[in-house]
Amino acid sequence: MAFYLAFKEIWHSRGRYLLIAGIVALITTLVLFIAALAEGLGNGNREYLQKLNGELIVYQQGVDLSISASRLGRSTLAAVRRVEGVAQAGQVNFSSSTLVFSDGREALDVSLVGVEPGLPGEPPAFQGNNLSRGRANEAILDRNTALRANLQVGDTIVVKSTQGTEEKQYPLAVTGITDGRQYFLQPSIFVPMQTWEKVRPGGGEIPAGSELVSNIIAVRLADPAQLPAVQARLLAEVSDIETADRTTAYEATPGYSAQQSTLNTQRYFTLLIGILVIGGFFQIQTLQKIAQIGMLKAIGTTNGIVALAAIVQIVAVNTLGVLIGAAGSLLLSLTFPVQVPIVFTPNAVIASVLALLIIGPLGGLVSVWALSRVEPLRALGLAQ
Amino acid sequence: MTVALRTENISKHYGSGPDAVTAVDNVTFEVAEGEFVALVGPSGSGKTSLLAMLAGLLTPSDGKILIEGQDMGRMSDRRRTQFRRKAIGFTFQSNNLVPYLTAQDNVELMLRLNGKHTKSTRARAAELLERLGLGSRLDHFPSELSGGQQQRVAIARALIHEPAVVLADEPTASLDTTLAHQVVETFAHLIHEQRRAGIMVTHDLRMTRYVDRVIQMKDGKLNRILTERHEIDALSQQGM
Repeated sequence: MAFYLAFKEIWHSRGRYLLIAGIVALITTLVLFIAALAEGLGNGNREYLQKLNGELIVYQQGVDLSISASRLGRSTLAAVRRVEGVAQAGQVNFSSSTLVFSDGREALDVSLVGVEPGLPGEPPAFQGNNLSRGRANEAILDRNTALRANLQVGDTIVVKSTQGTEEKQYPLAVTGITDGRQYFLQPSIFVPMQTWEKVRPGGGEIPAGSELVSNIIAVRLADPAQLPAVQARLLAEVSDIETADRTTAYEATPGYSAQQSTLNTQRYFTLLIGILVIGGFFQIQTLQKIAQIGMLKAIGTTNGIVALAAIVQIVAVNTLGVLIGAAGSLLLSLTFPVQVPIVFTPNAVIASVLALLIIGPLGGLVSVWALSRVEPLRALGLAQ
Repeated sequence: MTVALRTENISKHYGSGPDAVTAVDNVTFEVAEGEFVALVGPSGSGKTSLLAMLAGLLTPSDGKILIEGQDMGRMSDRRRTQFRRKAIGFTFQSNNLVPYLTAQDNVELMLRLNGKHTKSTRARAAELLERLGLGSRLDHFPSELSGGQQQRVAIARALIHEPAVVLADEPTASLDTTLAHQVVETFAHLIHEQRRAGIMVTHDLRMTRYVDRVIQMKDGKLNRILTERHEIDALSQQGM
C-alpha cells in the first residue's frame, strides 16, 4: 500500500520529483568531484612516498620531517645499513626540472628524483628495465610523465636545467616506465644519483672524493612487522637523524594536510547542503499535503503506511539522483585531460555514494515525523 | 430493524476547570441499517464534534458509541483505525480525494486499504462509478473533475467496501443547488439500496427532504428529532 501510494504520487508529479532528483544529481556530482580532486591532489603529493619500496624514511635531525631541508651523507647511510633489522637502504634526492622537446611538444615541468639503482627508492619499471648503474644517462618515467609527454621506453628525453647562469640540456634514455609516482604535484622522472647531481638545477659533476649527499634515506626492513623496534634502534644507534613511516612522511609534506582538510570540509559541507535541500523539499511537500494526509488517516490509513510511503519516495528520488549524478560524473571525468588532478578511486566513489544515499532519508526525517503528527481530525477541519 | 450505530449518553468536553467547554452534551440516539439521518444545527452546536466521535476520530469524554455492537471507546488506537477503515465510509466537505489517483483508483483505495482489491471488486468500483454517472471519467484525476463529480467519487469510495455506517460532512458545501440535490439524492438512494446507516451533517436544510430522520442539535444537546415526513418536509421548506 505504501509503495502503491508513493509511486503513484511520484509518477503523477514526475516533473517535480525529477527536478529534486536533478538537484541531488548535481550535489552528487559536486561531492564526487571534490572527492576525486582531493584524491588527485593528494596523489600528486603523496604517490611516490606512498608507493616507496621501503617501510621507513630517514631524515636529518631537526628538520621536522621536511624533505627539502634534510641533508644526509654517505656516512649516515652506512650507519643506517649497519642497524639490525635493516635489509637495504638507499639515498633519495629531490629537485624540479623541465623536459623540453624539439618537435614542438609543450615543455613539461617534472619532479627530478635521484635514486640508487637496485636500492630502496628506485621504483620498479613495469615497462622496460630498471636503471643500470649510478652514472648512466638513463631515466625511469612515471606513468603520468609518459602519458602527458607521449613518451615510450627507448625514447630520449631532454632535461633542461640552469647551471649557474647558463641553461643546459641533458639527453637521457628512457629505460623504463613505472606506475603513477608523482611527487610535489608534478609528474616524476627517476635518474641515478650521480646523474641527478649532474643534471639538477645548480648541480654539476661531483668533485672526486666528495661525499654524495641526499635529502632522505629510504629503508627496507628485513621484517616490516618490526618497524617500531627498528625505528627505535635507528634513533638510538645513528646520530643526528629522525625517522618516519611512509604515511607520516607524506602527511608531513608541505600543504598536504591543509589541502586535504580543506577539501574534506568542502565535501562534508556539500553533504550537509544535500541534507538541507532534500529535507527542505520534502518538508514543503508535507506542508502542502496536510489536508490530504488528514483525509487519508481519517479513512483508515495508518501512520505506518503514510510514513513508509514518504520514506519510499525520499529513498527512490534520492537514489535516482545519486545514480544519475554518479554516472554523469564518471562520464564527465572521461573528457578531462590527463593533467587535471581528478582521480576517481573505487573506495572514494563508494564512500561518497553511500554518504549521499544516507543523506536523503536523513534529510527527510523531519518531514516523516511531521507526517506522523498530522491528525485525521484535520479532514473535518478540526484539530485537537 | 437492525441498529447499525448507537450512542449512549455521549459528551465531549474541551479543556478543564472553569474554562471547560462542552461541545456535545449527553447525546443518545441510534441509526438503523438502511436509514439516512441528517444532523443539523447552527454553527457551534456540536455537529462536527459529534461526527468526529462517531467516526472514532475523537474520543468521547463520557458515554459509549457502538457500531455493529462494538464499543469504539474500548479499542486501542490501532484497532480503532482498522475498525474505521472496515466499518465506516466517509465523505468530507473538501479535500475528499487523493489528487494523484484517478477516480477509479480513489474508489479502489478503500478496497486496497481493506485488503479486498481483486478483479471482481475492481469491476464493482467501475460499475458503481458508472451508476453515479461517471462512466466516462474513470481515468480522470480529481483536478479534471467538477465539484459535483468529485463528491460522487467520494460517495462511491465511502460505499465500495460495504461499511456499516457512512458519514458525510457537509457534502454539498461547495456545490450549486442543482448539483447539491443530485448528489444528496444519489447518496440517499444508495444508502437505502445498500442497507447502510447514513449520517449527514449539513447546514443546508433543503437537503433534509432526502433523509428519513432529522436530528437537530443546539448548544451541544440533542434538541429535537424529527421522524414524521411532514415535519421533515416542513423543515426542508424552511431552507428554501
